[in-house]
Amino acid sequence: MPSPIITVENLGKRYLISHQRKKGDGLRHTIEEAVRNPLSFLRQIGGRRNLENDVVWALKAVSFTVTEGEIVGIIGRNGAGKSTLLKVLSRITRPTEGRVRLRGRVASLLEVGTGFHQELTGRENIFLNGAILGMTRAEIRRKFDEIVAFSEVEKFLDTPVKRYSSGMYVRLAFAVAAHLEPEILIVDEVLAVGDAAFQKKCLGKMRDVATGGRTVLFVSHNMQAVSVLCSRALLIEGGTVAHDGGIQDTIDLYMAPEKGSAVGAADPEKRLGSGDYRYTAAQPEKDCFEGSEEKSVAFELRRRKQRVGKMWLSAHVVDADGLVLAQCDSRLIGTMADDCERLTGRFRFSTPWLKPGRYRMDLVICANGILVDLWEGACSIIISPVLPYPYSLSEDGTKLGRVFSDFRWDLETQDDNGGVAVARTLESR
Amino acid sequence: MTELIIEPGRAERQYWRDLWKYRELFYFLAWRDLLVRYKQTVVGVAWSVIRPFLTMVVLTIVFGKLGKMPAGAVPYPILVFCGMLPWQFFSTALAESGSSLVSNSNLISKVYFPRLVVPASSIITSFVDFLISTILLTALMGWYRWLPSANSVFLPAFVALTLAASLGAGLWVAALMVEYRDFKFIVPFITQFGLYLSPVGFDSSVVPERWRLLYSLNPMVGIIDGFRWAILGGQHRLFLPGLLASVLGVALLLFSGVWYFRKTEQSFADVI
Repeated sequence: MPSPIITVENLGKRYLISHQRKKGDGLRHTIEEAVRNPLSFLRQIGGRRNLENDVVWALKAVSFTVTEGEIVGIIGRNGAGKSTLLKVLSRITRPTEGRVRLRGRVASLLEVGTGFHQELTGRENIFLNGAILGMTRAEIRRKFDEIVAFSEVEKFLDTPVKRYSSGMYVRLAFAVAAHLEPEILIVDEVLAVGDAAFQKKCLGKMRDVATGGRTVLFVSHNMQAVSVLCSRALLIEGGTVAHDGGIQDTIDLYMAPEKGSAVGAADPEKRLGSGDYRYTAAQPEKDCFEGSEEKSVAFELRRRKQRVGKMWLSAHVVDADGLVLAQCDSRLIGTMADDCERLTGRFRFSTPWLKPGRYRMDLVICANGILVDLWEGACSIIISPVLPYPYSLSEDGTKLGRVFSDFRWDLETQDDNGGVAVARTLESR
Repeated sequence: MTELIIEPGRAERQYWRDLWKYRELFYFLAWRDLLVRYKQTVVGVAWSVIRPFLTMVVLTIVFGKLGKMPAGAVPYPILVFCGMLPWQFFSTALAESGSSLVSNSNLISKVYFPRLVVPASSIITSFVDFLISTILLTALMGWYRWLPSANSVFLPAFVALTLAASLGAGLWVAALMVEYRDFKFIVPFITQFGLYLSPVGFDSSVVPERWRLLYSLNPMVGIIDGFRWAILGGQHRLFLPGLLASVLGVALLLFSGVWYFRKTEQSFADVI
């Protein structure tokens, strides 16, 4: 068992919210306070601010270890404390309590293009940004060509970056950062920028960094990127580590608070229908499904009044806007339920591929053209934010449409000069 | 493998080592400030010549011609320029380094490095201006056919003293401005009043002897007198108690500046 390269023990970070800004602000207030209460003022200057009342613990009792070569994703909602954790680990701000041990050179990339200067040329900014990120001049010079090639801005190297398009700017900035060679790399949300092609390139570069044996801490809201890059993830909630485990488990758990209570009438007596039979249970077989996999819901129904003869069942998949995406009626496939005391079964479907999010399932029983039971919101199914496609990372490619499709592109290109026609097929899977 | 421990309030032994490691960043930030300084200006670097020259002309007219201040045998422009040399350096360095942390706040909140690098490197642009002004003074002395005195060998010591004074004051203001933006308004006052409170446009010998020591509590008095003594020599005697007061004052300013800066540095990213 290799010894950990990062050890975090009981880390806490406290912020003072009022921070002397309550009455008046700035210097005048401080001078006033100094005149009114010189002793406590001196104590404050001496470093012991006794303003315990308005404190916020951005991090509390955070402990974990990371072994060399691991790529650990850090996920959590906005304000959960992820960024504070990274700031403490990269020494930008001090912890209030606890201790961190880092064995190796640390580079942190909390923003793309930190310290870029608008007036300087691309070439100058490569050197400046490299130095800010902790590279030596010799190191930058050695990697200069590589950085330029990666950024694809050769032609504009001697143009001030203020004349760059935002895409060029981001490419150059990421290129510098991507050529850092620390033992520990700390990255925050940098893949949220750039176009899809460049994001893919960045992701590839990050994977190279990782396979090169370096340790990476990676914060992102992009579950797709996290799941592709990381094998392990920490879920941060309310300033502490809520879960530390395999990537899929952690992502599922991250999505989990949204699951649970059925929206419809749980009380069978209040539902629509004759009520001779009622569903008594409905439970998705997974907390979180992938968009393209088969989803299944286990259910049970019981006779409550009289027999009704053969019944057919139906399930409706309803999206967050209340739109019924699919009516999966057992009649359509010739499946009928026989009259019985109790019936258990599974409803399964695999198309359409669902977009990430939460879907409501409505379950229906009919017999002889009469509605027996309609259980709206029998359960909810959660679709993982990991997209079912191999390449899509940006929102541009997926924001339209209510569902995902299983599709392919067959291409045949011809050149006017009678060149060889090339046929290619690109599949979504 | 280097091991790094992050703990609250840990007086980092590695701080000064880190500072050395980040000397290239110091160099690059200074280089950036110099490169950017005169971008998109028409006359460019010439500003470094025009500004002190015009100031010299105004001060000569106000104090020398209108105020009829004594200058002895020394041409008044040279007398003024000798005073302006350290004063301009001090005042621009104070303004630059004082605002350096705030104007680099994007760096402070996103990257780690010893924060001392920022105010220290921002002094370099003022130092370059100082060197340009020195050349201008040489030209001025050539024009008046005035030879520098042999005391000039001590000039580097006074330059170092000015540097220390600028850095000390700059660190104080930079650290304070992170929390109190009031200093944005205070610094111009300091430099404006300081110009008249320090013997820039006149010779400090006009101050009555019994007030001399009190007057020397302003560390710039000893420094400016020192510059005049080193460059002009002649009737410019060195007022030793004043010089001593100045050296002590500068040392106090520098050490307390570093102390305060180091103490507040840890919370810069939270406050800025």
